[in-house]
Amino acid sequence: MNARVLQGWAWMLLGLLLVGIASAVLPSPSESYPMYVVGLAGINVILAVSLHIVNGLTGQFSLGHAGFMAVGGYTAALFGTKVIAEYKLMYISEPVSDTILFFVATLLGGVAAGIAGLFVGLPSLRLRGDYLAIVTLGFAEIIRVTIENVEVLGAATGLVGIPPLTNLFWIFFWASATLLYAKRLQECTHGRALLAIREDEIAAEAMGVDTTGYKVRAFVASSFFAGVAGALLGYYLTILTPKDFTFLKSVEVVVMVVLGGMGSASGAILAAVLLTVLPEALRPLREHTGVDLRMVIYASLLLLMMLLRPRGFLGRREIWTMLRRRRETEPEVAP
Amino acid sequence: MIPVLHARRVSIRFGGLAALTDFELAIAPGELVGLIGPNGAGKTTAFNVLTGIYRPTAGEVAISGHVVNGERPSRIAARGLARTFQNIRLFKELTVFDNVRIACHQRVRSGWIRSLLRTPFALREEDEIGRRAREFLERLDLWERRDELARNLPYGEQRRLEIARALATQPRCLLLDEPAAGMNGTEKMQLMELIRKIRDDLGLAILLIEHDMRLVMGICERVLVLDHGKPIAEGTPEEVRCDPRVIEAYLGSQATAARTPPSQEVGA
Repeated sequence: MNARVLQGWAWMLLGLLLVGIASAVLPSPSESYPMYVVGLAGINVILAVSLHIVNGLTGQFSLGHAGFMAVGGYTAALFGTKVIAEYKLMYISEPVSDTILFFVATLLGGVAAGIAGLFVGLPSLRLRGDYLAIVTLGFAEIIRVTIENVEVLGAATGLVGIPPLTNLFWIFFWASATLLYAKRLQECTHGRALLAIREDEIAAEAMGVDTTGYKVRAFVASSFFAGVAGALLGYYLTILTPKDFTFLKSVEVVVMVVLGGMGSASGAILAAVLLTVLPEALRPLREHTGVDLRMVIYASLLLLMMLLRPRGFLGRREIWTMLRRRRETEPEVAP
Repeated sequence: MIPVLHARRVSIRFGGLAALTDFELAIAPGELVGLIGPNGAGKTTAFNVLTGIYRPTAGEVAISGHVVNGERPSRIAARGLARTFQNIRLFKELTVFDNVRIACHQRVRSGWIRSLLRTPFALREEDEIGRRAREFLERLDLWERRDELARNLPYGEQRRLEIARALATQPRCLLLDEPAAGMNGTEKMQLMELIRKIRDDLGLAILLIEHDMRLVMGICERVLVLDHGKPIAEGTPEEVRCDPRVIEAYLGSQATAARTPPSQEVGA
């Protein structure tokens, strides 16, 4: 077997091991507030990287990420309250059974969101730019309003009683999976086809890229991971309300992608972490001054970024390619 | 012999405007054909119909005997028709190498899952893409520039990159839309030499739009003249040059009386 293939799998196993150790050593989010914020940041990383696939790589402007998140979140949560809370797998201990069922729940959430992505994407990905943004925004609002009016989903008061099964391991696991997916995609020929669509749709089509098909696939993959993030969020907070999935949530994710640099997965991660931690880190400020300056600082930071670095933190570069390049050029410098 | 590209009575109308009427064209394998005509004659429209960007209102287009009317441009590209664009349409923010690698994509057989799992087959294909991209970049003398962003290339190299990218789709027939536009005399001569050499080496058919009549006359074996969306003359460069309808289309009816060959007027 090819050495490169083995190396890739070895790295993945090592990563999984590190994630496992980290989540075992660190205090659990339910006991420690900083860890709770770390968990939220991880979920936001999944959202930002998944939107990066559509927004940064394919160049399609989607404003419906909260909608896909809601589809995934509520599907998984319903499974949690109706199945996990009531039944167990036979012959195995309860925690193991819960973990397996929880994994199934996150997958279910992802698949449901992916199917929603397919149904929204097929008709609407013939649209461009602003029009696509409006359709996806409309979709997200339809989902939210529907949830507000469906009794089984807890209507406006929210769906309660979701088992608290999300821990740091699962958040790290899915965040790594999303990142791995995005990284490998953008480094292979299919990812280059997506980049071609971003750069020039007509030329991409003329060079043999089935632009509609590729846009739909990117959209479905992105929705899948958004759904997973929604599922994790439900089992993290143990309650989901339609207010978690408003238009503002979609905008927040877009801001993460833009701030990090459109077309950079590592930029999206940086921005997702920063934008989750910053509001929490600014909390003590309010206790000292008595005025809530958080939103003022948050907004000024965004404005400053757009003025000083209009292409985001990293532009289109990736941290790993920057590191690799440094490693490659070093021997040339030395005699 | 089945023509690689065959247009039969192709017409296209935009509302009340007949952009192309009864366009007829048959290109044999390995042939180098010129498509000329005054500004607004419908040359680029013809290209857009042939490559599937526009759907013809009447008539049919066939590639190696397959009728391709109404197929997506990407399908038509897969059948072996590649093109360049008059207003350069490179993937500007990508490297020169990536521009050409994207054009190799349509021959890839590993799907998303195999590519994402990096199976040996997918990695071999990835290497193969790199090799083929290198081959075409070297052919057009751009290999040294592979890591530059396409937008940072000088104009002439951008034009060459467009040709390299089109060739990388491995076409049977290549459509070049004013490949020498904006170049100076020497550059134009070099480019035309290159185009002829590509045709001879790869044995593909080439259809070429060009304004500079001397070049068209120098390189093409056959020339088709369009005016107001209608084909008005076809033949060897010499035949076309002396055709009164062509002279009229280019220079107006008074010039017909003076019998001035268009090559001397336009090419000067």
